[in-house]
Amino acid sequence: MAHAHAHAVKRYSGIMDWLTTVDHKKIGILYLIAGGFFFLVGGLEAILIRIQLWKPQGTFVSADTYNELLTMHGTTMIFLAAMPLIFALMNAVIPLQIGARDVAFPFLNSLGFWTFLFGGLLLNVSWIVGDVPDAGWTSYAPLAGTTYSGDHGVDYYVLGLQIAGIGTLVGGINFLVTIINMRAPGMTFMRMPMFTWTVFITSALILFAFPALTVGLAALMFDRLFDANFFDPSAGGNAVLWEHIFWIFGHPEVYILILPAFGIISEVISTFSRKRLFGYSSMVFATILIGFLGFMVWAHHMFTAGLGPVANALFSIATMLIAVPTGIKIFNWLFTMWGGSIKFTTANLFAVGFIPTFVMGGVTGVMLAAAPADFQYHDSYFVVAHFHYVIVGGLVLGLFSGLHYWWPKMFGRILNETLGKWTFWMFYIGFHLTFFVQHFLGLMGMPRRIWQYLDGLGFNEMNMISTVGALMMGIGTVMFLMNIVITSVKPKGVANDPWEDGRTLEWTIASPPPEYNFAQTPLVRGYDAYWKEKQDGHSGMTPAEPVGPIHMPSPSILPFFMGMGLFIAGFGFMYSPDWGQFLGTSLTMGHFIGIVGLAITLICMLLRSVIDDHGFHIEEEEILKDLGGKA
Amino acid sequence: MMNRWQFVKRLAPLMALMVLVLAACGREDLSTLNPQGPVAEEQFGLMKTAIIIMGLVIVVVFAISLYVIIRFRRRPGDKTIPKQVEGSHKLEIIWTVIPIILLIILGVPTVQSVFNLAKDYRDDPEAVKVIVTSHQYWWEFEYPELGIKTAQELVIPTGKTISIEAKTADVLHSFWIPSLAGKIDTNPGGNVNFMYFSAPKEGVYLGKCAELCGPSHGLMDFKVKSVNPDAFDRWAAALQEPVALPSDPAIAAAFESKCLTCHAVGDMGGPAYPNLTGIGSRESVGGILVNVDADDKKYDHEDTVYNNLYKWIKDPESIKPGNNMVNQYDLTEEELEGIAKYLSELTLNYE
Repeated sequence: MAHAHAHAVKRYSGIMDWLTTVDHKKIGILYLIAGGFFFLVGGLEAILIRIQLWKPQGTFVSADTYNELLTMHGTTMIFLAAMPLIFALMNAVIPLQIGARDVAFPFLNSLGFWTFLFGGLLLNVSWIVGDVPDAGWTSYAPLAGTTYSGDHGVDYYVLGLQIAGIGTLVGGINFLVTIINMRAPGMTFMRMPMFTWTVFITSALILFAFPALTVGLAALMFDRLFDANFFDPSAGGNAVLWEHIFWIFGHPEVYILILPAFGIISEVISTFSRKRLFGYSSMVFATILIGFLGFMVWAHHMFTAGLGPVANALFSIATMLIAVPTGIKIFNWLFTMWGGSIKFTTANLFAVGFIPTFVMGGVTGVMLAAAPADFQYHDSYFVVAHFHYVIVGGLVLGLFSGLHYWWPKMFGRILNETLGKWTFWMFYIGFHLTFFVQHFLGLMGMPRRIWQYLDGLGFNEMNMISTVGALMMGIGTVMFLMNIVITSVKPKGVANDPWEDGRTLEWTIASPPPEYNFAQTPLVRGYDAYWKEKQDGHSGMTPAEPVGPIHMPSPSILPFFMGMGLFIAGFGFMYSPDWGQFLGTSLTMGHFIGIVGLAITLICMLLRSVIDDHGFHIEEEEILKDLGGKA
Repeated sequence: MMNRWQFVKRLAPLMALMVLVLAACGREDLSTLNPQGPVAEEQFGLMKTAIIIMGLVIVVVFAISLYVIIRFRRRPGDKTIPKQVEGSHKLEIIWTVIPIILLIILGVPTVQSVFNLAKDYRDDPEAVKVIVTSHQYWWEFEYPELGIKTAQELVIPTGKTISIEAKTADVLHSFWIPSLAGKIDTNPGGNVNFMYFSAPKEGVYLGKCAELCGPSHGLMDFKVKSVNPDAFDRWAAALQEPVALPSDPAIAAAFESKCLTCHAVGDMGGPAYPNLTGIGSRESVGGILVNVDADDKKYDHEDTVYNNLYKWIKDPESIKPGNNMVNQYDLTEEELEGIAKYLSELTLNYE
């Protein structure tokens, strides 16, 4: 080992630092910036949709543009905003919560980010080109096939998501391995913080669900680019097959999104109630059960597809069952607060506001599970209301809560609490205004994904309320951005445990943490490791090792170029029929660009394989200096 | 435990009241909350059961939330550490078992209803069979036993079971008449779906496409018109009567060469696009331009039959973007007016 210390320490600064970083904390910030950017894009699309619908027979956007907006809103929010924002918090928090110095595969972590970003950019290049996906985020065949979507819109969907999906899949695998292998001594599975547990289960769901999407997208890509016949019924394909493949991925995806939010809520409520999470072991059990059942219920998205009464009955009952573990969670949160000492910080406002909101989304979910009633709800605004209650009222409130909670740990500054509370009320009231009335619109006969509704059907007032609510959510989001700006010009320097009631390991180290996180790996003596030490009268964790040099992975620019290569390849193959021959060969120009892109990625992979990189060490003196400086 | 049950007892009437309020929601011809036929009624019954149970859950959670938030908020300067409770087996069992019981209460009628609504009436001699074929962006209704086809307006006899066989000619659509029955997707290829419904009362009910099918998905409305069985028979007979071409030979020539290439009236013309026989007596043009008397015009999409036909033929793109009629023909102003007038007078007398 000794000779390894001789390696030169590779460090970049400025923009190169961000392009090459393999540090989970910085990758978390990159995910936050990129996911936040796409959240704003998707939010803008949502507001345009709501402006179009604010009065009957609106003509604010054309019918074509409207379908593009609704498709890109859904796709962007799910794949490019919600997932990356979850990954932002996973990266920022998980290694700290389990007492690790980084994730298991730092290079892969960076690769996951860059493939996601380039996939997302490819998808959104469609707006600049003008061929925008318009077959819905579900892209049902045959509408998504070349016969009915002749332009390149759906190609952007297929290839953009395929590339972004690689990032999600490797990210999921990375966190599975990290949580299994890199926990600090003493942190058994049943001592893991709840957020770590939910991320663990979410990562497992990613591992099993995303390959289904990959296969579906590959099949659709073959249909579109190479005239295959997976989903084209006129040539022997089957359109319902796509629905199955999509929802076998798509339903677990819902739980991939919501489970981390459950984790965040558990942490925040427990911290700000100064109480241990009520029923920890049943919470863990409920999480696992939700993850498991999540794979058994995909056909409830297809009750009206004509699967027959046996399938409909089975999937109805299976879906209803999910209410049981979810109910367990709700009541455990309520009883965590029961008898506690609840402090209403912004983070906790979002968390406490989450509970009744999510219950409302949950009960409409059970209503939707009853197949015969779903024949009425399906594809109406009732469904739109339901899934926004779950995803915005659940996940997005959870993300806001988590961001306010861990912001000081990530950036060393506490977000302004007054502005934060304004953000909460503006967003929360706006949210309920927007979506509560949509339940009734759906029940009163308004189908979803419609560009216009006729006057005189009784839809006018509620649509107007909904639009006002959407604008309020927009204002709430702008307030959050202002808060970030105002906070970022303030000096750094919050305490290790700025909320003073921190319970888990991330609050035992500096805010933001040093590059190596833990100078000495902590010894975990129970659930809520830090809280336990505090209650036992200790000022910090007992170290599990002496101070010594810490091995760090080297930064690398390769993941950036691997992502870029895939971007170029996707773009080239998409346009292979359009740009003529390449220098008189039988290859088209598009093929050539595609091959160049793939070559960039493959060469980077080769370089990664042949270059022997041992990383570097942070020496003992430097660590001691850091420790001394803090004391 | 006594208290808990009293609590539920007090809530039940409240919930029932809420359902009553809901039932008054929305238009009679459009709302799922105002069912006009036995199928929609059965579905509404299940919805009510679910709403009552879920309302109960919501009230309990909201009540506990409110109590906890108010009772256990931290007083300023409070430094005490609350008791660190690990959990409670008794409570965990309570909130596992009670939801399971509630789900059984909902699950049993759900399964019953699933099988009940899946009944196949396609071989029932009493039922009226209709083959529904969806197109971008219109609906074709074929009555195989009567040998007739119509479009956009499904005429049915009151009280009879209507047995629907649904498929699509292009992309996925979904056949939905909210006040009469829930929807069924129309699949391409061999995936034919079936359903049934009936309308005991005479009336016009609004139908919708409920699956994204392209730019004009939201405009792909249709009407279901239930008439008494005698009138239905008269309608079916009238639909098979021969139809005369426009009396003006110039208009007739234009109609034959520019309209009948795709559309049919009587026994003339092609079957690929909506059959126009009796279009003058339909409730709407193109499914969304509602026909009213000149004095009753209230909304933008309402007008006289003639005006609606004129608008539609003149610029179909402006009414339903992306429909297949766009740019298929050139008509002079005289031809346009003549054809609109001819079609507006192409009525069926059956009521």
